[in-house]
Amino acid sequence: MSVSLLVVQILNGLQLGVLLFLIAAGLTLVFGVMDFINLAHGVQYMVGAYLAAMFVTWTGSYWLGLTLTLPVALAFGLLLEVLIFRRLYGRDHLDQMLATFGLILFLNQAVRFLWGSEPLGVAMPDILSGSIQVMDGLRYPVYRLALIVAGLVIALGLHLAINHTRIGMLIRAGSTHSDMVAALGVNIRRLFMVVFGFGAMLAGLAGALVAPILSVEPGMGDNLLILTFVVIVIGGIGSIRGAFIAALMVGLLDTLGRAFGPQLLRLAMSAAAANQTGRSLAPMLIYILMAVVLFVRPTGLFPVKK
Amino acid sequence: MIAPLLSVEGLTKRFGALLVSDSVTFAVEERELHALIGPNGAGKTTLINQLSGTLPSDAGRILFADEDISHLPLEARVRRGLARSFQITSILPDYTVLENVALAIQARSGSSFRFFGRVGQERALNDEATAVLTRVGLVGRSTARAGTLSHGEKRLLELAIALACRPRLLLLDEPFAGLGQEESQASIALLKELKSDVAIVLVEHDMDAVFSLADRVSVLVNGRIIASGTPDTIRVDPLVRNAYLGDEELA
Amino acid sequence: MTGGTAAAANSSRAWRHPAVWLFAAFLALPIPAHFGANAYILSFATHAVALGLAALSLDLMLGIGALASFGHAAYLGIGAYSVAILSDMGHDDLLVQIPVAIAVASVFAGITGFVSLRASGVYYIMSTLAFGQMLYFLAQSLSAYGGDDGVTLAARSRLAGSHLLASDLGLYYVTLAALIAAYVLLDRIVGSRFGRVLGAVRQNPMRVRAVGLDPFRYRLLASILAGSLCAVAGVLLANQSEFVSPAFMTWQRSGELLVMVVLGGMGRLWGAVLGAICFLTLEEVLPGLTDNWKMVLGALLILAALGRGSRLSQLFKGVGR
Repeated sequence: MSVSLLVVQILNGLQLGVLLFLIAAGLTLVFGVMDFINLAHGVQYMVGAYLAAMFVTWTGSYWLGLTLTLPVALAFGLLLEVLIFRRLYGRDHLDQMLATFGLILFLNQAVRFLWGSEPLGVAMPDILSGSIQVMDGLRYPVYRLALIVAGLVIALGLHLAINHTRIGMLIRAGSTHSDMVAALGVNIRRLFMVVFGFGAMLAGLAGALVAPILSVEPGMGDNLLILTFVVIVIGGIGSIRGAFIAALMVGLLDTLGRAFGPQLLRLAMSAAAANQTGRSLAPMLIYILMAVVLFVRPTGLFPVKK
Repeated sequence: MIAPLLSVEGLTKRFGALLVSDSVTFAVEERELHALIGPNGAGKTTLINQLSGTLPSDAGRILFADEDISHLPLEARVRRGLARSFQITSILPDYTVLENVALAIQARSGSSFRFFGRVGQERALNDEATAVLTRVGLVGRSTARAGTLSHGEKRLLELAIALACRPRLLLLDEPFAGLGQEESQASIALLKELKSDVAIVLVEHDMDAVFSLADRVSVLVNGRIIASGTPDTIRVDPLVRNAYLGDEELA
Repeated sequence: MTGGTAAAANSSRAWRHPAVWLFAAFLALPIPAHFGANAYILSFATHAVALGLAALSLDLMLGIGALASFGHAAYLGIGAYSVAILSDMGHDDLLVQIPVAIAVASVFAGITGFVSLRASGVYYIMSTLAFGQMLYFLAQSLSAYGGDDGVTLAARSRLAGSHLLASDLGLYYVTLAALIAAYVLLDRIVGSRFGRVLGAVRQNPMRVRAVGLDPFRYRLLASILAGSLCAVAGVLLANQSEFVSPAFMTWQRSGELLVMVVLGGMGRLWGAVLGAICFLTLEEVLPGLTDNWKMVLGALLILAALGRGSRLSQLFKGVGR
């Protein structure tokens, strides 16, 4: 394997990692602060992508479209919170699963109804199109690099917001001692709304950011949701830092495993066997990682509670 | 010299910076009723949790019937004869009173990995459960769903379940909490009767009950045992009188 | 929430009545289907009965043991791929396929359960989901069996050398027999010593520990039992569709199984079967009414979750109590 190929795959892995982080960040807080199992977080990512597709087409500008997407994704999240989610706080996890599973079915079909089944494309902004020379003999698309940078910047911002603002302090307290936060006279309902809306906005943002490089289609969030769960379980529910590290781990392991797994196995077995085994094993790697982490630390790498 | 049934040495528990059990050392003999008293927040329930295996200890040893059980989980300690009741009632609300007790008997008599026989029709389990319920005076409610019992009845059921484990040592965490006068008296009478065949560690705020029942009393303050002895010596111990602001409680 | 069903199951036999009705209806179903000469109804019924068996097995975990597994469809996949792979190797008899499916399911349930059950609450739910997805990707990578596209079975399985399953009616009754046998088995188990412990673990694990029992073992064995029965359902489902693909074990399918159990009323076994029938009927009828039937279905699920009194079994509340 050549060095440039390795670098490309690492960049791809980072890109998947930051994408997973953007989705996982909101979800891990919703789990951690509200003890709420939200299966519908993946469709909120999808809704973000659709909103971006719609607004970019309307305005003819990627940046304007992106700017419009964020508040609408936030508003959409808040709407769901008011209509559905807040009625399910403190209820059995099963009720939450049932309702959010229903929401997945509903929204996957709703986008089909509104925008059709055909995948939509979103035009890339001119300034970020094309590719640049990363190193000798290696060009990498600018947009994808920008995506990685944007993800890292947002992660840093989140880190600062969680650790150095009052609302961040409340969120952290909420995920460890929600009773105490309520006892301090904090409006816990408003805190929940903020966390939920914010999480929905981040997921929507992730959808909007990948819209130019992925096809925007119904169900696009479904499989990503599971990857996000893996990230959250590995990182520890409620932990932004855990979500960040786990997201990068999962992104890199999944990408590199698929790219180099068969080649690595060839060191130990015949080419044909290595190909088949590698192809089977690679997609399972992250789940095996999750199993190992769970086995050693049943509450993830960075447990927040207790 | 015969070793005591339960012997606790230097048992310690920290919650963060807070020292909740501070190298607690004491012993309980066979058939002794040993009361643990102390002001609120002294760490009595934490100590019960450590003794029963509900909560791991940070340091120290627990010897039970000559065996080091410090690192055994709750369920393994119960199987060795160390049963507990909970301060906050812990029962199986969907099951009947009889089923609650029969489960405890089933747990120590034969395998629970039996899949075909109707457990509800096992005479041996039901008869013994009925006997335990008769003893605590709850037999009239055998077929009631446990969740529908009154608070006092639930406390009795909790005690019945612990007894059904047929323990050598019973850890009772405030068994009289929230009981009416009459129910308390009945429970005290019951414990007096039980004393003759099982050792008991009793955490209790009702000083009348403690001093009428206990063979020995240990006083826990801020996680430390500050005094240990017969009720008569504890009653006049200056340290103890000092620990309780206003010593009328002990009069 | 399950309101004393286990207690009722232990102490009374009367509650079985709905099950008797349900199975009697299944037994009689081919008669009108026969006169209507409608192969479609029979095929749908076989599908429903097989998934009813899957839902029934999940109810042992969810309704009796409070284990909200979100990866149960993996066992349907194990059963289905056992048929595809063993038939391909020349072992096309159910007497081989079912034991192999059960063995593989037991091992998978044992290993994943060992990891998942150490975690609790949301961690448990998410890890079962992830393990199910792991198996899904494994199936997707089996290029010899069509990868993502799956593989069409050359023929249905044989039963002890006979071609009973080759006829739709034969397959239907074999599937129904499996469902009834599983029902009787689970009914016994729920009323047994093991079942009493499992029900107690659902209500209050700490209480179970405090009488000297380790909840983990009972949960693990319940997971293995449930996985094994669901694998049998997968074997039958593969025969019904004569086609096997990773789509048998999507996480959405796991979600549907949960929905079936919850809609039917957890912890009463027959409720899960009824829930499966109702859910599948809904899936069959709604598309005839509107193209956007999934929106309707989704909305119904949301409403069902929001309103607690909406379970189908509430209609049958008085029956057998």
